[in-house]
Amino acid sequence: MNDFPRGRTAIVGAATFGQGKAPGYEASDLAAIASAMALEDAGLSLADVDGLFFCHPTDTMGGLSFAQYLGIRPKVTDNNRTGGSAFQTYVEHAAYLLDAGAIDCALIAYGSNQATATGKLVSTVQPMRYEAPYRPLNPVSSYALAAARYMHQYGATREQLGAVALAARKWAMLNPEAFKRDPLTMDDYLASRMVSDPLSVLDCCLVTDGAAAVVMTRADRARDLKRAPIKVLGAAAESHHREIGWLDDLTVTAAARSGARAYQRAGLTPADIDVVQVYDAFTINTILFLEDLGFCPKGEGARFVEDGRIAPGGALPVNTNGGGLSCCHPGMYGLFPIVEAVRQLRGEAGDRQVADASFAIAHGNGGVLSSQATVILGAAAT
Amino acid sequence: MDVTHPDAEFRAFLVAGRFMIQRSKSSRVHVFYPRAVAPGTGARDLEWVEASGRGVVYSTTVVRKKPPEPSYNVALIDLAEGPRMMSRVEGVEPAAVAIGMAVQARIVDQHGEPVVVFDAVEPAA
Repeated sequence: MNDFPRGRTAIVGAATFGQGKAPGYEASDLAAIASAMALEDAGLSLADVDGLFFCHPTDTMGGLSFAQYLGIRPKVTDNNRTGGSAFQTYVEHAAYLLDAGAIDCALIAYGSNQATATGKLVSTVQPMRYEAPYRPLNPVSSYALAAARYMHQYGATREQLGAVALAARKWAMLNPEAFKRDPLTMDDYLASRMVSDPLSVLDCCLVTDGAAAVVMTRADRARDLKRAPIKVLGAAAESHHREIGWLDDLTVTAAARSGARAYQRAGLTPADIDVVQVYDAFTINTILFLEDLGFCPKGEGARFVEDGRIAPGGALPVNTNGGGLSCCHPGMYGLFPIVEAVRQLRGEAGDRQVADASFAIAHGNGGVLSSQATVILGAAAT
Repeated sequence: MDVTHPDAEFRAFLVAGRFMIQRSKSSRVHVFYPRAVAPGTGARDLEWVEASGRGVVYSTTVVRKKPPEPSYNVALIDLAEGPRMMSRVEGVEPAAVAIGMAVQARIVDQHGEPVVVFDAVEPAA
């Protein structure tokens, strides 16, 4: 039995705003602008929104603050904070709520001004009592521990991590909205400053501002709107731990399980997917998620990304907006892979457009490989 | 020994020079960090037991600092009893800490707080 309303809801509006630097705006301003743009894109208005799915970078009751800012009174306010994967879980929950008739129009939004406000990653997270005395530089050190273990177990190299960074940059160079668009060579990568071994500055996502929003409704209603509906075919999540030490095997994430459930719900396999968006907070993420989402066997991801296979012109287009590594990373990045998947499936991705893209996966990661959530989308004709 | 205040009792043991972890009486599974309820089962039967202090490095990183501030090691240690904990390996260069290295716990004073760290163990001849 398929417990998911496969294809019965759709993303009908999508927008990004202020990726990179957006001086003078507060986080909620940025999210509100992206929301207005996404509603305009859909041909809907704020008055239509009765489900709000939102988290604010620093305000833990941001869902209420944002509804107030927008002047709406949602029937459902989901303020879930599983980190950067929250947005994929919003899509999953919105699909159920829309299909059940509990709401008619879901707005999923995020915005952050962290780069212009502070110049560093903004976080409300408190250090864990049994980690703090050892001063891990989180989140980098936690991902570094995963990368070190992966390299130990599978003989992966720094050059293979570098291949992920180079591919992301090549895609970013095709995306006018991307923040980092200057050419990047393997020599640049290998010479970059080490932060927490084996991860250097160029293994780490950017620190930028930025906002994104998507609008979801039921597929029957979506047919009457401005844009071709992008169908939500499957979505699933799994949380595994909070601190990295409680991930049983640091080379296997819960994406293996969220992904498997999302494929099952969508009735698809990895071979059906034309374009892949994964939350690349660090280079190791892309390798782990390509494995866990079934694009290559466990332990082969590092070899898989070599020779430009995930770069423009490669066999598998991955993170076609440039990803968190080169496009933008405003604290929580999970909504941006969803917007990029929508753009690819609409065929509006310009120079980076993947030909004949019918199915896309947009995978979110939260915490330190802690919370995994997968969304599978289909073009209107699917 | 019943557990009533997990964190405070753990710290009191450390101050007394003892590295104690927990074990569930029903499942016999060892637990770290200190809790009031056993993870997975929900059993309220955790008791304190002395950790052997033996462990193996599961993963390791070096947090790089700008000189003169020294770079330092952060490691995940798999304890012989089963649980894993974050710590650091002392007595060797941070970058010389290796996955698979056998280590032994030691309690040090860090700014007035007792903290469990590890030393590399020479492999038996």
